[in-house]
Formats: sequence, C-alpha cells, structure tokens
Amino acid sequence: MNNKRKPIVEVRNLTIGYDRQTVMEELNFSVFTGEIFVILGCSGCGKSTLLKHLIGLYEPFRGEIKIFGESIVRADEDEKRELMRQFGVTYQGGALFGSLTLAENVSLPLEEYTTLSREKIKERAYEKLALVDLQGFEEYMPAEISGGMKKRAGLARAMALDPKLLFFDEPSAGLDPITSAELDRLILRLRKELGTTIIIVTHELDSIFTVADRVIMLDKRTKSIIAEGEPHDLKKNSDNDWVREFLNRSNLKQV
Amino acid sequence: MSIFNGENVFTDFVEKIGKATQVILKDLRDLTLLVGDITKTSWYVIKHPSKLRWRDVGYYMDLCGSQALPIVIMICFLMGLILAFQAAVQARKFGGEIFVADAVGFSILKELGPLMVAMIATGRAGSAFAAEIGTMKVNEEISALETMGFSPCRFLVIPKVVSMLIAMPVLTVFGDVSGLFGGFVVGVTMLDLPGMAYYTRTIAVLYPSTMALGLIKSVVFGLLIAIVGCLRGFQSESDAQGVGRSTTSSVVTSIFLIVIADSVLTMLYTFLGY
Repeated sequence: MNNKRKPIVEVRNLTIGYDRQTVMEELNFSVFTGEIFVILGCSGCGKSTLLKHLIGLYEPFRGEIKIFGESIVRADEDEKRELMRQFGVTYQGGALFGSLTLAENVSLPLEEYTTLSREKIKERAYEKLALVDLQGFEEYMPAEISGGMKKRAGLARAMALDPKLLFFDEPSAGLDPITSAELDRLILRLRKELGTTIIIVTHELDSIFTVADRVIMLDKRTKSIIAEGEPHDLKKNSDNDWVREFLNRSNLKQV
Repeated sequence: MSIFNGENVFTDFVEKIGKATQVILKDLRDLTLLVGDITKTSWYVIKHPSKLRWRDVGYYMDLCGSQALPIVIMICFLMGLILAFQAAVQARKFGGEIFVADAVGFSILKELGPLMVAMIATGRAGSAFAAEIGTMKVNEEISALETMGFSPCRFLVIPKVVSMLIAMPVLTVFGDVSGLFGGFVVGVTMLDLPGMAYYTRTIAVLYPSTMALGLIKSVVFGLLIAIVGCLRGFQSESDAQGVGRSTTSSVVTSIFLIVIADSVLTMLYTFLGY
C-alpha cells in the first residue's frame, strides 16, 4: 500500500547510544510524505535520543539516516547545516531565544536565509504567530509567556521557512489536557492545510490516538522497535501483550 | 601508620592523577576545537561583516564595557592609592618621595591597570558568558540554533569576543588614568609634593609605549576571558547546578590563565627590552 508513497525519512540499521552505552540497536523504519508519525515508548527508553539522532545533533554508532534522500550521518558540517535548514524542530520547552521577542525569534531564520525586506519579514513572522494563535503576543519576551505559548511560538519559528518536515519533541509534556488537545488540533490543521510531514516523540496516549497515522514503539529491554502500525489497530490486535497493555491502560484510566 | 599500609592510598592517588589528566586533556581538546571554530568563523565574518550580529556586539559592549566603568574607575583609583602609599613609606626613608610617581606610573600602566580590569571583567563578563551559554544549553536553545542551520559560534561566541576585544583596552585606559590619579592624591596630600612636580615627573618617565604594552596585555586578557567563558558555558552540564559549576569554573580558569599570560607577557617584554 505504501509503495506509491515516497519516504521522506529513511532509517536503516541504526544503532544509537551515548558514551559507550547502546540505547537502541538495528532500527529500521521509514516515514512517508504527508504522514503524522509518532515515536512512542516509556520514559527513558531513548525516544528523545532517537529524535536527536534523526535531526543530526548526535552521531549514531552505526547505520544510516536519510532525510529527503540525503544522508545526515555522512554529511559534512556545511551539508548538514544545509539539510537542517530544510526541516523544522520544536523542542520540549520551546527553546526560544531569551534575548529576542517572539516576532524576532520567528524572524531570525527569515533574516538569515531569505532576501525578504524588513517589512515582509515582520509580516511573515506575525502571520506565523497568528497561525499558532499567538496574535497580540508578537512583541512579548519568551520569559513573559506561559509554557504552552512557548511551545506554540517554538512551532511558529520551526515553520518560518515553510519546511516540508517538522519534528516535535514531547509536544504535550507539561501541558494541561485542554492546551494539549489544542496543540493536537493545531498539528492536524498544519498537516491538512500545508501538507507537512510531522514526526512526533511522545508518550501521551490521548494525542497518539488523535493525531497519529502510524506509530513505532520502542522497547528498552530488547533495544528495538517492538511494534509498528496504526495505533487503534495495535491497541486491539497487537500480538505483543506489553504493547496492548501500554496502549490500553491509560484508556482504562480515562473511563 | 595505617594510611601507609593499604594499597588503597596508592591506587587512590594514581586514580586521582589519572582522572585529573583526563579532565585536562578533555579541556584542551574542547579548547582547541573552540579556538579552531572561532578562527574559522572570524575569517567568515571578516569576509561578510554583515553576518556579524552587531546588535549583540553592542549589547555585550554595554554589559562588559560601559556598565563596568564605575567599578573599574573606583578599583583602579584605590589601587593607585594603595600602591603610592606603600611606595611612599619606602621612598621616604631615602628622601626620594618623587620616585613614588615612577613606581605608581609603571606599576599601574604595565601591570596593575590591565590586571585589575581583567579581574573585574572576569567576574562580570566571563561568568555572565558561561551562565548565559550554559542556560541556553539547558533550554535546548543551542540545539535549536544548530538545527536551524546556524553556527552557535557565530551567534554566541564571536559577538562576545569582538566586544571584549574592544571594551577591554578602553576600560584599561580609564583604569590607568584613575590609578595614576590615585597615586597623585597620595603624592600631594601625604608626601606634600607639589601637584605640578608629581605631574611632570609622571609625564617625564612614562612613554606612550608604556601604556601600549599594558593595552596589549588587556587585549590578550579580554580574549582569554571571552574564550574561557564561552568554553565553560558549552561544557556545562544540562542542569541548574551544572550551570552554577561552569560559571564558577569559568572564573577560576580565567584568573589562572590571565596570571599565566601576564607572566609570559611580562617576561617577553623584559626579554625584548621594554
């Protein structure tokens, strides 16, 4: 079924870790254009580490990561920078630059990488902030806004250059359920309106069932992908007890 | 005798030396990488001056330069005062009160002016650099810079280095002048020297080159403070205590390196006959 779709991210035989400790071994998966892909797993199993490898911040022990068909593992510094500029990353805490206002944060990539005039850049920055419902906060400093707003501002900045691919590190961590649900809707809207491919790292079950087209589940003990597929399907039909338990347990809590 | 019996003492000792060596080697490696990065980025910025974050340079020059001016003037004035006071006690024995002007002039311009300014800048600027970069690391701002395709060195290090290279000599000029004035105050009040005599003596023994030697020192110190501050910031562990430790360590390392650089430069100057 997936044959006709093009993979935008390809991971082959990837082994990752830090210091000398292996966290995940021999990972293989692909993310296809237009998909919302979720990397799932319990705390401390290496989800965020995997994400940091995908976006090129860490170097893997072995294996290959291709983004837009180009290897981010073998790229030299300049090629890597060139590649990084083509996708957006939203960090856990927003990672906004504290010395700049929200609008300036969003403008930064535009100032550096486009030849737009000052007014056009400002206009575009305001537009992106409006897209994430932050009208009226353009001239606020990051320290003056709430955690959820910071995440949304971080998202606006990640989208400044209209990337085809977005990475999300724990979008709902530390947010209340309503704000978190709003963020989920925003993610779905982005995909619908802009056709962006989105890769999310999370353990928040509610948002997985709302947004994810496909998930992979990482397991700490086997250091590998324990399940891959559509979340509702996995919840019912997975042949692995642990996977079903993981996906069902919080469902019980909700009732 | 018990501490001499066990092998523990010996193995502990070797282990400690080994660990310390590892730390030093890692520091050297990080320092080399950072300096290499700075050199490469500087060349790029020299070719494309518009790529320098001029606004940040202005901010840091304000932070490390103009805001430090009152404390620099006061400390250097007091330094001149203390120095003249100490020199006066000795010079009086020989009836050579006027030589206090020589003592104060040379010590301040060649040594204490640049050194005091460097110490103040270490405490103010160096620690601020380390804390800022460390906190940015905790907030994943450094990662964000990288994945936006920006060079952290160009954004964070170069503006600090440039502003320190400009601010330090300027601060030192102010420090020198206030130090000389401190000596003047002691000369006139305590030693009852005529103000004009003290002034003339000072002008007669000091050359512009004397001041220039001190200013060269201050430029070197400024570079050291900026590099060490940034290095410790980037090395910082990603938690609040880590940032605290890296800030402390930036101050300690800076002071250590400044004193080493000062010794080397002073010996070099003497060797070259200045």
